[in-house]
Amino acid sequence: MIATLTVEERQRAIAVSAFLALCGVIMAIAGRDDLLGTHGVIVLLFGLGGIGLVLSKYFEPEPPQERLSHYYDDPTKVGIVLSLGWAVVGMFFGVWVAALLAWPDLTFDAAWASFGRLRPVHTSGVIFGFGGNALIATSFHVLQRTSRARLPDQFSPWFVLLGYNLFCVLAASGYLMGLTQSKEYAEPEWYADIWLVVVWVVYFLIYIRTLQRRKEPHIYVANWYYMAFILVVAVLHIVNNLAVPVSFGHAKSYSLFSGVQDAMTQWWYGHNAVAFFLTAGFLGMLYYYLPKRAGRPIFSYRLSIISFWGITFMYMWAGSHHLHYTALPQWVQTLGMTFSVVLLVPSWASAGNALATLNGAWDKVRDDATLRFMMVAAVFYGLSTFEGSFMAIRAVNSLSHYTDWTVGHVHAGALGWVAMITFGSLYALVPWMWKVERMYSPKLIEVHFWLALAGTIIYVFAMWNSGIIQGLMWRTYNDSGTLAYSFIDSLVAMHPYYISRTIGGLLFLIGAIVAAYNVWMTIRMARSQAAGTAEADRPVLHGAGAALQPGE
Amino acid sequence: MREFFHRRLERSAIGFVLAIIGVSAIGGFVEIAPLFTINETVEKAPDMRVYTPLELAGRNIYIREGCYACHSQMIRTLRDEVERYGPYSLAVESKYDHPMLWGSKRTGPDIARLGGKYSDAWHVAHLINPRDVVPQSVMPKYGWLMRNELKVDDLGLHLAAQRKVGVPYTDAMIANATADAFGQASPDGPYAGGVSERYGEATNVRAFDGEPGRLTEMDAVVAYLQVLGRLTDAAHSQSAAAGK
Repeated sequence: MIATLTVEERQRAIAVSAFLALCGVIMAIAGRDDLLGTHGVIVLLFGLGGIGLVLSKYFEPEPPQERLSHYYDDPTKVGIVLSLGWAVVGMFFGVWVAALLAWPDLTFDAAWASFGRLRPVHTSGVIFGFGGNALIATSFHVLQRTSRARLPDQFSPWFVLLGYNLFCVLAASGYLMGLTQSKEYAEPEWYADIWLVVVWVVYFLIYIRTLQRRKEPHIYVANWYYMAFILVVAVLHIVNNLAVPVSFGHAKSYSLFSGVQDAMTQWWYGHNAVAFFLTAGFLGMLYYYLPKRAGRPIFSYRLSIISFWGITFMYMWAGSHHLHYTALPQWVQTLGMTFSVVLLVPSWASAGNALATLNGAWDKVRDDATLRFMMVAAVFYGLSTFEGSFMAIRAVNSLSHYTDWTVGHVHAGALGWVAMITFGSLYALVPWMWKVERMYSPKLIEVHFWLALAGTIIYVFAMWNSGIIQGLMWRTYNDSGTLAYSFIDSLVAMHPYYISRTIGGLLFLIGAIVAAYNVWMTIRMARSQAAGTAEADRPVLHGAGAALQPGE
Repeated sequence: MREFFHRRLERSAIGFVLAIIGVSAIGGFVEIAPLFTINETVEKAPDMRVYTPLELAGRNIYIREGCYACHSQMIRTLRDEVERYGPYSLAVESKYDHPMLWGSKRTGPDIARLGGKYSDAWHVAHLINPRDVVPQSVMPKYGWLMRNELKVDDLGLHLAAQRKVGVPYTDAMIANATADAFGQASPDGPYAGGVSERYGEATNVRAFDGEPGRLTEMDAVVAYLQVLGRLTDAAHSQSAAAGK
């Protein structure tokens, strides 16, 4: 990776790594009596690692000028590997926390291994580690192809990818040590949040710099979604994480907002993390890899426009459905419910558009597990958005809220939609990136597909059952007009479902391990084969002039 | 025919960026901004008190251990919830909660009105091994709370940071934060009087973990759990008034 940087970029990489190491030293000194110091050491090691990495290859020859007539895909390749690594780690922690609810003593009386500390490692590991790395990797790939422009330079993509992973490491290690803001899906503390803002600004700049230099007159729909993902996540992240640190030597901070305003801000963030991280970004993936793999154009351009702006506008109103019947004023609840229901229109427009694109290619769906991953993802997207709109209705929510039904709903979306579209896209992308004809083993993709589908269905059915039983037991009255069940009765009734949920999750984890193995073997296969198919991945020439816009 | 306007928008990267920001900003602005300006959003509760330093330390441990992942602190306005847990939660009750801990999942029961429901000894036993007192429980054991000394030397900084975000701690509270943390857990010690003086006579001053000599994380957590739902009587008086 270093050999592809120019000398000037290598110097810039060393300077940035040195600055990072300096920040680490400052954190370690200022926070020597606090866990902030431990994180300072991690930041320092990361910076030193960056310097060492560049120095080890510093005196290698500069890359040839000819590189500028190719796309720059090295960060995408590393992003794919990181994404799969996080998938295995994040899902492993998921199976562990699932098992803890059935067998609570699997914690060995160690603080770091208790449910409350492991759970965010699972959620952040899969959302930000697995999902985020996949989004960054695929967005760099899609952006260049659909713009016919090379990434602007060779340093900033690495900064974004590796800087983002530093954020993920700070997050996960922090949770295990007990560092959390307690805001769901926004748990990392203030210094990690500030770092993510820096990374994110550079990410946005890469996007806009490449788009500005594009050779295609129109910005392709996948890029609309990737841009919405980058922009809105930035706004959500900054507003929801506004906080005052106890001191600059403390990791702990206190949220600027309190009570009802904090609750509304948190769920405005929380629901739109789902919308713009877990939906918009992955719709960007869907809009590129599904038509490419199927060999069919997107069914309807106008439907794409309607669903894009519908999602961008309406999702931002929907967060308050997380707060039905609470101390949040009713007018906000009603607005949230209304927009959540109407959201079904753009959501199903996207899902329908994806499925209609497959018309004429259904034989491929039958034969090609990679395309089948994407098809099932679109189906689960349709199903879970319908379920989401349904659960946002106040009367339904009174039963479903606080129960496992919510957990089941999230996993229908996360496993069935987000993970499936990611695996499908990665299976399509990996052979392109490593210049081989196909994945190492198509049979293992088939095995992974059925493991993932079985795991998702077992998981979701288990949680539907447990959630609805729980909700009903809590509100059941006996003939004398008193509550029929104690809370612990409802917990005991959950036991078999918690076991089956663990099994479903385990199947999904095994599938992810199979995927990681398959990708690893594909990379090894590519290395043993002679290189020389690079010419294939160049844009078609239209008239005179270079087909590809070189870097800046 | 005029060109379909979206075809033009798609040709401008900056235009598209601005359109996304504009369109996405509306919903949050309309729903969140008025919550800060409409007075009725948060009820008045003149008797509302702030957390003592010990309770705040306990609350921070509650956050550290991720307790909010399984316990909500928000009783909804539904009959079965009010009968199971107590009067429904009011916005004012979490007015000083930075951040709020309303929660989103009840793997365990809601604990918005846990304060005073069980004895300190029950809480200590339950936190050390939940299955000793509730055999079917799936809650983790928190034995290290009893083993860890509570970090108190920086509580003044914590209170000062809380004041910056709007919690009305006085200078005296900030200056005496560490002493008050000791005082609240050692009723016969020299610092106990200051706690009631600054935070009110109703404040619990006890050896929460059963060991007056040591100030442990268990002291802090139990002190916090015992004050849940008891910072103000607003919810109780409202439901009593409604009952008449």
